[in-house]
Amino acid sequence: MNDSRTETGGRIDRSRPVEFTFDGERLKGFAGDTLASALIANGVHLVGRSFKYHRPRGFLSAGAEEPNALVHVDRGGGRETPNLRATTIELYEGLATTSQNRWPSLAFDLGEAANYLSPLIPAGFYYKSFMWPRSFWRHVYEPAIRRRAGLGVAPKSADPDRYLHRYVHCDVLVVGGGPAGLAAAIAASEAGARVILCDEQAEFGGALLHETRGTIAGQTVADLVIEAVATLAGRDRVRLLPRTTAFGYYADNLVCLAERITDHLADPDPELPRERIWQVRAREVILATGAIERPLVFPENDRPGIMLADAARTYLNRYGVRAGKRTVILTAGDSAYRAALDLHEAGVEVVAIADLRASPDGTDVAAARAAGITVMPSTTINGTLGRMRVKAVDLGMIEADGKVGGGERVPCDLVLMSGGFTPSVHLFSQSRGRLAFDAGLNAFVPGKPVQRQHSAGASAGAFETEACLADGYAAGEAAARAARGEPVSRLRAPASRDARHAGYAGMAPSQRSERGVKAFVDFQHDVTAKDIKLAAREGFRSIEHVKRYTTTGMATDQGKTSNINALAIVAEAVGKPVPAVGLTSFRPPYTPVTFGAIAGASRGDLFDPVRRTPIHDWAAEQGAAFEDVGLWKRAWYFPKAGEDIHKAVARECQAVRDAVGIFDASTLGKIEIVGPDAAEFMNRLYINAWTKLEPGRCRYGVMLTEAGFIMDDGVIGRIAPDRFHVTTTTGGAPRVLHHMEDYLQTEFPELKVWLTSTTEQWAVIAVQGRHAREVIAPLVEDIDISAEAMPHMSVRSGKIAGVPTRLFRVSFSGELGFEINVPASAGRAVWEKVFASGERFGITPYGTETMHVLRAEKGYIIVGQETDGTMTPDDVGLAGMVGKAKPDFVGKRSLVRPDMLKANRKQLVGLKALDASIVLEEGAQIVADPHVPVPVPMIGHVTSSYWSPSLQHGIALALVAGGRARMGQRLFVPMPTRMIEVEVVDPVFLDKEGTRLNG
Amino acid sequence: MLLIPCPHCGVRPENEFRYGGEAHIARPSRPDDLGDQQWADYLYMRTNTKGVHFERWRHIHGCARFFNCVRDTVSDRILETYPIGASAPGAAS
Amino acid sequence: MHRFSLLTLALGALTGHRTWAEQWRSPEPKAEYDAVIIGAGGHGLATAYYLAKEHGITNVAVLEKGWLGGGNTGRNTTIIRSNYLWDESAALYEHAVKLWESLSSELNYNVMYSPRGVMMLAHNTHDIQVLKRHVHSNRLNGIDNEWLTPEEAREFCPVLNIGKDIRYPVVGASLQRRGGTARHDAVAWGYARGASRRGVDIIENCAVQGIIRDVSGAVTGVETTRGTIRTKKVGVVAAGHTSVVMAMAGVRMPIESYPLQALVSEPVKPVFPCVVMSNTIHAYISQSDKGELVIGAGTDAYVSYSQTGGFHIAAHTLDAITELFPMFRRMKMLRNWGGIVDVTPDRSPIIGKTPVPGLFVNCGWGTGGFKATPGSGHVFAATMAEGEPHPLAAPFTLDRFRGGRLIDEAAAAAVAH
Repeated sequence: MNDSRTETGGRIDRSRPVEFTFDGERLKGFAGDTLASALIANGVHLVGRSFKYHRPRGFLSAGAEEPNALVHVDRGGGRETPNLRATTIELYEGLATTSQNRWPSLAFDLGEAANYLSPLIPAGFYYKSFMWPRSFWRHVYEPAIRRRAGLGVAPKSADPDRYLHRYVHCDVLVVGGGPAGLAAAIAASEAGARVILCDEQAEFGGALLHETRGTIAGQTVADLVIEAVATLAGRDRVRLLPRTTAFGYYADNLVCLAERITDHLADPDPELPRERIWQVRAREVILATGAIERPLVFPENDRPGIMLADAARTYLNRYGVRAGKRTVILTAGDSAYRAALDLHEAGVEVVAIADLRASPDGTDVAAARAAGITVMPSTTINGTLGRMRVKAVDLGMIEADGKVGGGERVPCDLVLMSGGFTPSVHLFSQSRGRLAFDAGLNAFVPGKPVQRQHSAGASAGAFETEACLADGYAAGEAAARAARGEPVSRLRAPASRDARHAGYAGMAPSQRSERGVKAFVDFQHDVTAKDIKLAAREGFRSIEHVKRYTTTGMATDQGKTSNINALAIVAEAVGKPVPAVGLTSFRPPYTPVTFGAIAGASRGDLFDPVRRTPIHDWAAEQGAAFEDVGLWKRAWYFPKAGEDIHKAVARECQAVRDAVGIFDASTLGKIEIVGPDAAEFMNRLYINAWTKLEPGRCRYGVMLTEAGFIMDDGVIGRIAPDRFHVTTTTGGAPRVLHHMEDYLQTEFPELKVWLTSTTEQWAVIAVQGRHAREVIAPLVEDIDISAEAMPHMSVRSGKIAGVPTRLFRVSFSGELGFEINVPASAGRAVWEKVFASGERFGITPYGTETMHVLRAEKGYIIVGQETDGTMTPDDVGLAGMVGKAKPDFVGKRSLVRPDMLKANRKQLVGLKALDASIVLEEGAQIVADPHVPVPVPMIGHVTSSYWSPSLQHGIALALVAGGRARMGQRLFVPMPTRMIEVEVVDPVFLDKEGTRLNG
Repeated sequence: MLLIPCPHCGVRPENEFRYGGEAHIARPSRPDDLGDQQWADYLYMRTNTKGVHFERWRHIHGCARFFNCVRDTVSDRILETYPIGASAPGAAS
Repeated sequence: MHRFSLLTLALGALTGHRTWAEQWRSPEPKAEYDAVIIGAGGHGLATAYYLAKEHGITNVAVLEKGWLGGGNTGRNTTIIRSNYLWDESAALYEHAVKLWESLSSELNYNVMYSPRGVMMLAHNTHDIQVLKRHVHSNRLNGIDNEWLTPEEAREFCPVLNIGKDIRYPVVGASLQRRGGTARHDAVAWGYARGASRRGVDIIENCAVQGIIRDVSGAVTGVETTRGTIRTKKVGVVAAGHTSVVMAMAGVRMPIESYPLQALVSEPVKPVFPCVVMSNTIHAYISQSDKGELVIGAGTDAYVSYSQTGGFHIAAHTLDAITELFPMFRRMKMLRNWGGIVDVTPDRSPIIGKTPVPGLFVNCGWGTGGFKATPGSGHVFAATMAEGEPHPLAAPFTLDRFRGGRLIDEAAAAAVAH
């Protein structure tokens, strides 16, 4: 049995043992462990293989910055997640995890051959190779590279978990629940602010959770945390969000948080979402995001058992785990001495502290010496040994002139390194604040904020606990005042920036030349110091170029432990100071966020609203098939038993042409235009002339963009001198109303007219066919619907089936037709009454497919099908609709631009295949000469094409260059397998005189 | 998501609005008097400023009114909003 | 050591890789050049390369205000295709695809051009009509593009969800097999190296502050943060900053610059074989050679130079991606960034001369510039060298807006604006 676990201590619950598996091996830990701490407690340090060289890797850290220990978790039932950091997975009973990126096993990974090929595969090697023979890239090299790339494996089935979003406002959002954050939250809430405090960990306390030394105002650190959290929990105006990572800082203090709800539970309640995204709009934000320890860059610094000093301290104090038996510590600052003392007191043999500095002093150094720990100033590490676990280090002595000589080989199974701390400025930078380089700390710290925000604690460069508490408290007070609208200064120097905490950046001094030496900078992407120097040598001198060329900082840890070292190495290579080289940009998310969480509830029917008409359910009950038209569901066809779409449509068309049909046109856009200047407004927005249109008459209106292209059309009825009932295409309604409002509000504000969207207020029941009048007659009151009293293209108000109606006599089918507009709430009832009334004529419901065939037979265009945003009225044969006497309308000037008047423009025509049985394909292109080889000059395309049951042949509408002059010409539609000969015909295929319409 | 101060409704989130393009591009009162190049300038030319940009927004899920806005297109910070028809603050637009 | 190959890589291994030359020189700018290109993105560097290689014009400077390739070239989702609708556009993008096919050997730099197929999805009748129109037009222009049923689409991309129960089911797709991806940084670096070796000076950290003209209005030079440079030919290839630069010569442009966002997932083993795009639900996705899912969104709604957009835009794209590929719901977003796209009224580029003698412009590529990189550079170099538009560039004049001869590729641009 492993004796890595201490007898007592730590924050784990020793009364609750937990069983879990790693790569199939059953192991034990305790509630409160992470996967990492439990593995270390079981003596397991080998936990992954690096990306490029497949080197054996252990835990570098104890937190979210972990680059090495990525595992795959499968909870069954499609709940599998790759690339999870073992250092942040909370242990639960039955947790099943596997390592990644190794084959056949972690211990024996064939991929490690790459490690021995490393001279051939430096940074950027793939840009220099794999080019010959040419076809090999796609078929040999690239597939091999792709197979080796990627760490985890994507989940294979749909994720059954749910994810939700919440939106909250608060006065003060505090990001980070360490000492500064706790103090800030207490101060702000004390001052009456509504506070949200979030922390990525399950417990609040941050660095205080592993700080066991010393007291603050007589209290132990542990007690201080307990009291702080209890205080906050007891305040109604404070919301505590543990397990919640603030990942993105957006404009105007919108901060997005990702809360993990069930991942740590053995048996989650199925009602709970797995994760929740909080979109927080805060008056003030306090960033208390702490700092991350820096590794040191020395040869072979990546073996399992080599980790950050503070990580070892965390494993010990928080989880009761000794990360090794015998340790050597390499440091450039004082904080590692505390780790040394803690480990020493817990029974770990601290063989020596090698300090890069010549004269380390200070209370922690003195305490270590006093405890009998050997401190070796001016000492570095020249190399390490051990394959699956570090087993020794080679020390090196740094001479006065900076050269490094040899030193002893020290056996050990744990190496700790500490290059000081890097303030976590990711969110500050995302908020577009400018960073400043603090030469004393050798780190970037927040400069002047751009948003209403404060930084506090280690993230602002204050590393001592008392300083963090004071800093946080001050920030909390200031934020609360600012939230109330009081002026505050946002740029405060933190309480103390202690030069003892100056960070070390760049390569540690080393005796060894670079040949054959791997000193890792980015652990996950296997980027070494040599790679970075190679990049600089090859002319990549901007930090962004170095990053992209070497891929340092581009792994799943996004450079949290590598960026500053990479930057310093580049700075040295190009001979510039670090701040002159710059920093790569920080982008959200701070740590990776689940796609499903971001999508939230926007799935299935909630992906986009579903718009249904009042008649929808009736149609569904009849077994109609539906199609999507924008957001709407429209009945497409009504198949009877055994009918496919073609049979159904043929029957529906015949019914309308021979008897009568009923069609739901409720999705049409409708706009009520009212006011003394209504007609003038219509004149300006449409091509047609409206002034002389009598109330009670209708006109087919065409609307252009200012550039002169058709954007919408519809039948428009003049209800009264000052009132128009405008219809638009189904998809176009919002766009048309917006276009109208734009002109009304910003160009013609002097016009007295009001626009109201009435699309959803009117149900529209179209009755089309020779019996249409007879069908509605028994139901209509107060309107004379005789042919003389109500000619084609007229509108009347009255009642139908007892319900107020605007009754239009219009036809999109070419038959005698009416469109009954009734309030939507009465839509279905009136429909059913009309249907009942029509049954004696065999009234037939028809859908959009039939509607299309009927209108195409009549040569009526559909905007968006016969037009594509590039057609003028003349192109589609509607030049006659332009009101010639109008001085101006939207689009008028554009119509006389030279290219709009060219003779060879595409024009609307009809097409008939010589073989009457052929139905042309919509979108097919048209050519004049079938024998020209590719590339063939094309002169047009088929826009609408259907089988016409009435005419028993295929019909098509098309746009053809100079089409109207080509009547009777033979043209060709080249298909992949055959050439179809067609004749150019009049686009009106049926009843050109309009006798049916005017019945 | 920006917070936009609608002159009528106060500060509301961006998804209640629709962007309305560059502001103060007045439609010529007599389009027929313009040559093709001048008309094309009106239709298509934009200042597209990097910096202080005058633009329009419409509060479609609110009062449905258009209004003018001054926004810095580098920081995306909104400096001011003012009604349609008012001239650009501080400048002869 | 200059040449790249497995052999030289092996030689490099023997010498600890100490003998690699700089990939491009970083000289001080000279006082005068025969031509100056403003913007060292992919298009600008390609222009310089072809000016040197095909036209013998080597006394050229490419001026870049930041680090070369740091604009849209370094931020895009690396999609390559030529399945555009209009003859003029199709020809230009196809010209680019043909150059892509041999670009690695041309530049002796592995740009990792991978013709893995670009599939565009149809979700309703209108989509089918639009895509089929493209399929037929492409075929007759000699460009590969074929129509697939949903089942065939799924066969090509096994993780595609063709179920009928999602909000907008897939009803078909068009596929250009020769479309695919390439490594964006490599293209910039490859062209930079090639141009530099032929004598072109690439001057980074050099922002142009003014364009100098003589009394006749012709270009005589540029003012920069690194001094004044005399020249008679200036080509502006500055993408989202085109308006800013052209304003220095008093030229207004029909362009608006919008943020365009993209994001990547954490890397995983190969799971996505091709590129899939959906116009209707606003998403496009592929998988890089490093294993990351590369996902692109629509533009943010307002003009901005911030290279940042709203969370809701990225979220909306992920809504769509997780509907189409439900097994990706548990994948994680690793990084989300933005660029600045210059959008023209007809979503087609502007290439050619300007009202200012000696000033040429190549811009307006909107969301579709990366795929055109070699073709754009090639025809723009010819245009600058000859002083007249290359035949493939000729339709894309600035002047087309005057007469109303728009080349409207709104559908083909495949991204909602």
